[in-house]
Amino acid sequence: MRTLVFLEHHGGELVKNSLAVVSKAASLGGDIHGVAIGSGVREAAAKAGAYGATKVWVAEDAALDAPLPQPRVDVLEHLVREHGYDTVLFGQSVLAADVASGLAARLDAGLNWDLTDLVQQDGTLVGKRPALQDSVVVDVGWKSEPRLALFRSGAFDPQESGGDAQVDDVQVELQDFSTKAAMVEQAHAESEGPSIEDAQVIVAGGRGLGAPENFKVVEELAQALGGAVAATRAVVDAGWYPYASQVGQTGKTVSPKLYVAVGISGAIQHKVGMQSSGIVVAINKDGNAPIFELADLGVVGDLHEIVPKLTELVKQRKS
Amino acid sequence: MKIAVCVKQVPESQAKRLDPATKRLDRSGEGALNAFDANAIEEALRVKDASGDGEVVLVSLGPERALDSLRKGLAMGADRAVLVSDPAAAGSDLVATSLALAKALEREQADLILFGQQSSDSDGAVLWAAVADRLRMPLVSQAAELTVAEGKARVKRQTEFGYDVIDASLPAVVAVSDAINEPRYPSLKGIMGAKKKPQESVTASDLGVDAAQLGEAGSKTEVLALGDPPARGDTVKVEDDGSGAQKIVDFLAEKRLL
Repeated sequence: MRTLVFLEHHGGELVKNSLAVVSKAASLGGDIHGVAIGSGVREAAAKAGAYGATKVWVAEDAALDAPLPQPRVDVLEHLVREHGYDTVLFGQSVLAADVASGLAARLDAGLNWDLTDLVQQDGTLVGKRPALQDSVVVDVGWKSEPRLALFRSGAFDPQESGGDAQVDDVQVELQDFSTKAAMVEQAHAESEGPSIEDAQVIVAGGRGLGAPENFKVVEELAQALGGAVAATRAVVDAGWYPYASQVGQTGKTVSPKLYVAVGISGAIQHKVGMQSSGIVVAINKDGNAPIFELADLGVVGDLHEIVPKLTELVKQRKS
Repeated sequence: MKIAVCVKQVPESQAKRLDPATKRLDRSGEGALNAFDANAIEEALRVKDASGDGEVVLVSLGPERALDSLRKGLAMGADRAVLVSDPAAAGSDLVATSLALAKALEREQADLILFGQQSSDSDGAVLWAAVADRLRMPLVSQAAELTVAEGKARVKRQTEFGYDVIDASLPAVVAVSDAINEPRYPSLKGIMGAKKKPQESVTASDLGVDAAQLGEAGSKTEVLALGDPPARGDTVKVEDDGSGAQKIVDFLAEKRLL
């Protein structure tokens, strides 16, 4: 196998998901190379060596600074065509998903997404993909090379194995349409307040709250339980709660001992951010909400009745 | 301003299952418009209204009866629908689906192509990037806000690191989040009028696509087997009869979380 791993970086460091994918690739054997794109990434990129990459391509160019997908497709296309990679792996992110899908079209290559594992089975590569709200695990394969795979966030952990990667430069001419999207203002890391990633107890609110002021019931329950407040993407995008509190695919991944989901339907994007929580309690008026499939205890009912009552009971018990 | 919206018919949410024989999603039951697509249609209608005139066309790939689901989008206010429907296209994966859609979209020459956040059946959230690459158009995904002016789409994109602001020159492909708007409900007048709006069904050959590039023949991925998910703890679901809060407290105490 000749494997290329897309190395995503932020704030001068490779992201955890990318390193985890390098580790996974190394466990499968063969040549493991990485590619990091954007200026000032040389030093960070070399660190992939400690996780099993033997070579890292670095594409440094001002046109590649902004984390936009299409110029990255151009770089990956070049590397796959010139250096014969048979497998290209990505850790899930907004950027990586768009790069992987664009590359699939460019190379007419198969892309399997949302994989939680990749194994050698009878000499062929097989991906494991949970489907239909994780009620079934589908074994997926590729009919041709290169094989493209996008892994679910947090599917595995980075494993340091020691080792060094050779760093080589790559320069690619970009397609005309790849530069027709431009970054006007790039997101800055938000770091105010305690991070929900470290909280042992999280009470999270979703669209079922009905209105931004109803977050108060979530905050009161969190306070009674001594926990932090989290939110779904829907309510963050709607401006009800700050982005730093968002759990899910494009937000934080959390694993508290207790996760209380209030008015959250449990769409897959939310689920991937909280499914490794210890105990999950869900309160939702829709008994068919997917959140109940992963709740240790689910209560179907009106959150405006249940949550304030729960807060009172918790307070009584603690006093 | 001409806006194309890519939409999909999905099985009704309660009835989703994989057919053990074909290992494909069983699409024999009732179908519905993918709920995430309603946000893309709503956004298209808003952009059209803001621009003063224009057209919103729905573009889809699916069996003939998917037209029933497209009608919901027409009832919301879209002007017409184009369905790529060909027996050869059943079971198309990303490369095959993106090819069929790109060919249908090429005919439309839209200024803006919108997608919803994901499909609710396959949980796919990648198709737009493959379509944009085939059309050689700029792409922005995860749009929490969209404004179109002066030949550009300005998008507030949400990523793992917060919100970016990105400009893409038109024609462009934009995938919107399900929080970008609150889709309107079709009015009675809209529902009555939907049936009379143009609904065109085209085959692969109408689009100049070789049938061998579609369906399982044209796909580069395959489903090998279906298996059980890893076992997880018991889940208990109770209806609140006034004692729901007490049940939660008892449960947390039992788990030594209180």
